[in-house]
Amino acid sequence: MLPRSAIETREELAGGASVEEYVLSLLERIRREDPKINSFITICDGPAIEAAKALDRKRREGGKLGPLFGLAVAVKDNICTKGVRTTCGSRMLEGFVPPYDATVIRRLKGADAIVIGKTNMDEFAMGSSTENSYFGPTRNPLDPERVAGGSSGGSAAAVASAFAPLALGSDTGGSVRCPASFCSIVGLKPTYGTVSRYGLISYANSLEQIGPMASNIGDCELLFDVIRGYDPRDNTSLPQKRVEIGEGGLRIGVPKEFFMEGVQEAVEKCVRDFLDKMGSLVEVEEISLPSLAYALPTYYIIAMSEASSNLARYDGIRYGLRGEDGSDWNETYCNNRGMGFGQEVKRRIILGTYALSAGYRNRYYIRAQKIRTLIREDFERAFKEFDLIAGPTMPVLPFRIGEKLDPVEVYMCDIETVPANLAGIPAISVPCGMSQGLPVGLQLMAPPFGEELLFRAGRIVEELA
Amino acid sequence: MAEVPIRIGLEIHCQLTNLRTKLFCGCPADYRGSPPNTHICPICMGLPGSLPSPNKKAIEDGVAVAIALNSEISKRMTFFRKNYFYPDLPKNFQISQYDGGGGVPLARGGYLHIEGGKRIRIRRIQIEEDPAKLAYEGTIDDSTATLVDNNRAGVALLEIVTEPDMEDPKEARAFLEKLRGILECLGVSNGELEGAMRCDANISLGGGTRVEIKNISSFKEVERALTFEITRQRQLLARDIEVRRETRHWDDVRRITVSLRAKEEEEDYRYFPEPDIVPIEISEDFIEGIRKRLPELPDQRRERYIRQFGLQEHNAELISSDNALSKLFEECVRMGGDPIEVSNWLVGDLISFTRELGMELTDPRVSPSKIVELVKLIRSGSISTKIAKEVLMESLRSDESPEDIVKRRGLLKISDEALLRDVVEEVFTENEKAVREALHDEDVVNFLIGQVMRKTKGKADPNLTYEIVKGSLERIKGGAPDS
Repeated sequence: MLPRSAIETREELAGGASVEEYVLSLLERIRREDPKINSFITICDGPAIEAAKALDRKRREGGKLGPLFGLAVAVKDNICTKGVRTTCGSRMLEGFVPPYDATVIRRLKGADAIVIGKTNMDEFAMGSSTENSYFGPTRNPLDPERVAGGSSGGSAAAVASAFAPLALGSDTGGSVRCPASFCSIVGLKPTYGTVSRYGLISYANSLEQIGPMASNIGDCELLFDVIRGYDPRDNTSLPQKRVEIGEGGLRIGVPKEFFMEGVQEAVEKCVRDFLDKMGSLVEVEEISLPSLAYALPTYYIIAMSEASSNLARYDGIRYGLRGEDGSDWNETYCNNRGMGFGQEVKRRIILGTYALSAGYRNRYYIRAQKIRTLIREDFERAFKEFDLIAGPTMPVLPFRIGEKLDPVEVYMCDIETVPANLAGIPAISVPCGMSQGLPVGLQLMAPPFGEELLFRAGRIVEELA
Repeated sequence: MAEVPIRIGLEIHCQLTNLRTKLFCGCPADYRGSPPNTHICPICMGLPGSLPSPNKKAIEDGVAVAIALNSEISKRMTFFRKNYFYPDLPKNFQISQYDGGGGVPLARGGYLHIEGGKRIRIRRIQIEEDPAKLAYEGTIDDSTATLVDNNRAGVALLEIVTEPDMEDPKEARAFLEKLRGILECLGVSNGELEGAMRCDANISLGGGTRVEIKNISSFKEVERALTFEITRQRQLLARDIEVRRETRHWDDVRRITVSLRAKEEEEDYRYFPEPDIVPIEISEDFIEGIRKRLPELPDQRRERYIRQFGLQEHNAELISSDNALSKLFEECVRMGGDPIEVSNWLVGDLISFTRELGMELTDPRVSPSKIVELVKLIRSGSISTKIAKEVLMESLRSDESPEDIVKRRGLLKISDEALLRDVVEEVFTENEKAVREALHDEDVVNFLIGQVMRKTKGKADPNLTYEIVKGSLERIKGGAPDS
């Protein structure tokens, strides 16, 4: 069976094809193929089949069919689903069943979509390879010896394996775009404040957004239009705006800082060649955004600081893993947290705690906030001249599972993606070619609320690739 | 030992008890009397993925308090996270505000006048969430577990911090009473509710080390705790022992303070801006809108009582700072009671009688009509002041009107001159020695009058009695022959 686009599938289902059969066939495929990939932590067989039957009934009864009618969506396991366990890839939340749906889940259900399963991820979204999951690594469907990218590796692998045409990921420093690039699909990190974070389990609140993932731009846009929108439950949610697209041709700036130390030659060549090819259709110019040189440490200080506070609530008392009770509450907390969290999570909590501590705060956290402002200003200046900014999504090709052991080496993988999170601007990864038989993603960034620009340019990339 | 100057500062936490919902979620804010853990939701329980949404009414209430305390309201305030692990914090951090590190509290500065006109300066006012309530089976020592009731978690609190402007424990208490009056007058907090107003105090002697006292549960306890702490520090200083910079815990059973932790052991709260709540802009219009809706505040009320009714400063202050008393006073005046006489009765006997009877001023038996009736009975000369006190007490206790009591018990003042002359004559005959002394000793005159009062059970008209006794004595002095 050749995977059809979500848009085509929706037409078929709305036109009379059985949603139940469609869902059963996906579940069958997942059961058969996913043990090799490990893209799902939880498969929602029961609720998905029930939802499918309800949708078939609705269509028979002549109800109004939603924009995602019958479509299966794979949802990252840090997005709360009522009655379906939501683990964040952590032993800490192995048995946590949220009593409520995240706003995006309500929107999906309201659009007649079906949550087919909860996807694997780096524990608490901390990682770039989905190797930091308590539930084992997710393998890249294009080469099962290699990582799928992360932290939304399960969502990307599920789309690339045609387990679901659509998926939701979350992107704190590149966690949607990185696996999209590694699995050769499309992934969008929306403008900060565009998609409600209510129900997204926080890693670093000031940076992250839930983002749509799909095999092509059209499907990605379809899903984005459903999940976007103001939500009073998220105080950082913004009233929706759209950037007007001018009549003239697109002007794309390519910062030279995106090709600095750490970028593999193969990646650089592939991206540069592609941009040359694009030059025949749009204006492409090399620019400089000097503050980007500091983006990575800035990102990690802010993300870890926020994480150290966000993850404090996991003490095992009200929910989550509970081990032996200690002689006092402090010891009990230590037991539970010591057992429930993995290495990388512990490392980030400790570093973040350090960065916020008296005596270090000014040197780290406060300074990082200042650089963040500079990065935002650099982008604002660039967008006065250019419609879009482009570069590679990932500095490296998908690496082998277990290959990168040094944490700093893994952090370096985020060098191209974190600037968009620091600046709060939208960014998309679109497949632009192959190098050594492995996929390379092109990253495009737009000014705030410029998602339509990204989709428009993304379609050009799709045509050229 | 010479008196060393004392400096006391207070940090008061008051719940905004009149809010319908908690500070960041839709759970009912009124948790008192509810079964444990029934007013909770994903937000106030800090469940993964939940996000706080600030309660606009809480900010309005905070602004109202800031206006009343003459504070400068921030144009753009921010929430900060205060990070520490404790079982009463579902998120293991508290969403609060912070004056530093780029944080901006609701308001800064301001002042409040306590009785006598002394000005106590306010340092800052901030909004934060209340932690959960911890409970124990039996006592804290023999309970096998700490129980957590999250109904209180997330209730809106206002933290008001003063400068160390109070110089003795009485002033601290006066400040708290005054503040409570203002909060109640604004209708934002009912300080009568258990735990609605909580207080920490800091105190230093002779400009020396500052000691903080926590866990003070009532205004009376504030005075006690501070008095104890002054004695403790004085004794240390007298023996040349240094006062340690520390936080102490008020043990209200043993009535002593005990060391909780030294300065070096203070937690590092790792304050940073709450990323889930955007800074809140407070416009001039917003503030003006609230200012316009403010009720008359105690200080304004006091001025008006003096201006409009000619009340004495002392009475005006006492009545105006208590909302129930103010209401009672104004009702009495409206019903035609003489303001000055009414105020004397309220400030004097009414307060002490109700206290003695364990009655609230809001008790329906404390009705303005009783006071007005009483004042009129005295004014018309129907009863004496002494009888009036008795009548008031009985009227409060039995809920019978003063007039009915006077009638039923035949307490009307004896103003019949002939009758009183007979009584005086009787007293003079029984007290010959006293009569002789009374000729040149005014105190003994009073004794004779007292005897007349005793024989008439206090009903004799005091002025008339005085005149008759005086007249009789004059006649004896003038050698008028006994008829």
